[in-house]
Amino acid sequence: MAKPLDNRAWFLVLPVVALVAFSALIPVMTVVNYSVQDSFGNNEFFWNGTGWFKELLDPSTDLGGRFFDALWRTLLFSALCLLIEVPLGIGVALTLPRKGWGVAASLVLLALPLLIPWNVVGTIWQVFARRDIGLLGAAVNGLGIEYNYAQTPLAAWVTVVAMDVWHWTSLVVLLCYAGLRAIPDAYYQAAKVDGASSWAVFRAIQLPKMQRVLTIAILLRFMDSFMIYTEPFVVTGGGPGNATTFLSIDLVKIALGQFDLGKAAAMSIVYNLIVLTVCWVFFATTTRSQSEAVQ
Amino acid sequence: MSGATLAPAALAETRTPAESGALRAAVPRVVLGLYLLFLLVPIYWLVNMSLKTNLEINSGMTLWPQNPTLEHYRRIFTDASWYSGYINSLTYVALNTVISLAVALPAAYAFSRYRFLGDKHLFFWLLSNRMAPPAVFALPFFQLYSAVGLFDTPWAVALAHCLFNIPLAVWILEGFMSGVPREIDEMAAIDGWSFPAFFIRHFLPLVAGGVGVAAFFCFMFSWVELLLARTLTTVNAKPIVATMTRTVSAAGMDWGLLAAAGVLTIIPGAIVIWFVRNHIARGFALGRV
Repeated sequence: MAKPLDNRAWFLVLPVVALVAFSALIPVMTVVNYSVQDSFGNNEFFWNGTGWFKELLDPSTDLGGRFFDALWRTLLFSALCLLIEVPLGIGVALTLPRKGWGVAASLVLLALPLLIPWNVVGTIWQVFARRDIGLLGAAVNGLGIEYNYAQTPLAAWVTVVAMDVWHWTSLVVLLCYAGLRAIPDAYYQAAKVDGASSWAVFRAIQLPKMQRVLTIAILLRFMDSFMIYTEPFVVTGGGPGNATTFLSIDLVKIALGQFDLGKAAAMSIVYNLIVLTVCWVFFATTTRSQSEAVQ
Repeated sequence: MSGATLAPAALAETRTPAESGALRAAVPRVVLGLYLLFLLVPIYWLVNMSLKTNLEINSGMTLWPQNPTLEHYRRIFTDASWYSGYINSLTYVALNTVISLAVALPAAYAFSRYRFLGDKHLFFWLLSNRMAPPAVFALPFFQLYSAVGLFDTPWAVALAHCLFNIPLAVWILEGFMSGVPREIDEMAAIDGWSFPAFFIRHFLPLVAGGVGVAAFFCFMFSWVELLLARTLTTVNAKPIVATMTRTVSAAGMDWGLLAAAGVLTIIPGAIVIWFVRNHIARGFALGRV
């Protein structure tokens, strides 16, 4: 049954529109405004047209080089997170019990990292991975492997990725578990009668049923890893050098550290457009797969 | 296919069916156990450190506190600059959850029940705000809330967090509301209920699970956020997450105090999870499973 058309529904969404417009439109206008101007302090602004954007998108300039370096780092980070967290999340979701007291206990423990403030996640990994006071750091160094996330870029990357896996794999697990629970027992019984192997059950029944939740999981994880700021900032501060300076960290440095408003604003807009493009693809694919599911 | 079906047969030659069945049943439990261990060890290390004296932390590796002390916790609970951070954080989280739910409920109802001019575009625009990096908004928010005189109040943070919590709440609630048959609305209209009375007395109880899940998510994303909360406050409304970034003293890092403060930020989340444990899986799928 199709939903009735009624434009009075606008009255119901009006409060949301007003609040989000206050929180989103005014700041966005501010950013757009700054992005086309230059300032030498004293609140004096000069028209700069598309100058910042040209500089930003040209890798041969200082700003452009810095931007693209941070962009590739952020993309690499997102890719690593997805490649580890999605298969691991599916694997763990398949091991969760389907009934009994273990269900609630496992879910509560799994959800715990998701509810920890992001800078505390950073703190946890800081005290866990430091070589002098941390269990992990001391253990790895004790095995004879040189590991110091404050000095070698590789160790910093391993720490930051491990932290993200620790922090967010549970989200993938919980989403997949929700998808798995929606599979009726009859499917498994039919598979048993047919003598299907567990791999066949996974490919033919479980994976297709998880497709929609996996779309949500992959895109949420992409967005959030692409926007990551707090956790690596607390652990590595973007270092050593610039090894873990992701886009957000660089942006905050330019905007609030150097108060380079024009550059920061132009960077914000390009950054936001990248996320928005992915968001649109996400919205288009999920709504399409939903309408297919209805048919 | 043949490879996958052959493997168990090959195993069966060397083990009795009962043995291989028990072995196979044990594998998921071992994997799950190892994963939960991986989640809990770093948290254990934080708790462990919060109960040690700083002398013990700095003097070497001990797997559990040799002289357990609650000194760090006592300091947090008696020092106003620490415990007021928790009160400030909980204040804006509560404000944000109430505001987000109050405006998201009618909007989610509209999206789940009606088509209207621009509904799809509006929905996408709302969601796009959930996807905007907070780093983009830090500076404009600072200026906006300074201009309207809300800077350094819990209201500034609560309103700023609405940016990503309202879209999420609308999204979750819309999923749950779409699961309620529309006949209920029509029957209420025939019985002569006014819309507000019907909505509050009959409809809300039907989506109570969804409201709980939406509240959980609002709490979660407001509680864990640092960048905006830190940017929009200085002294009076400083949240605990910002207080924690300044534990460096003349004597170096106060690791024990930092760890104790961290442990105390985990507790509210753990309590909230316990309350919604039965809805959590569905909620994470945003009511769409």
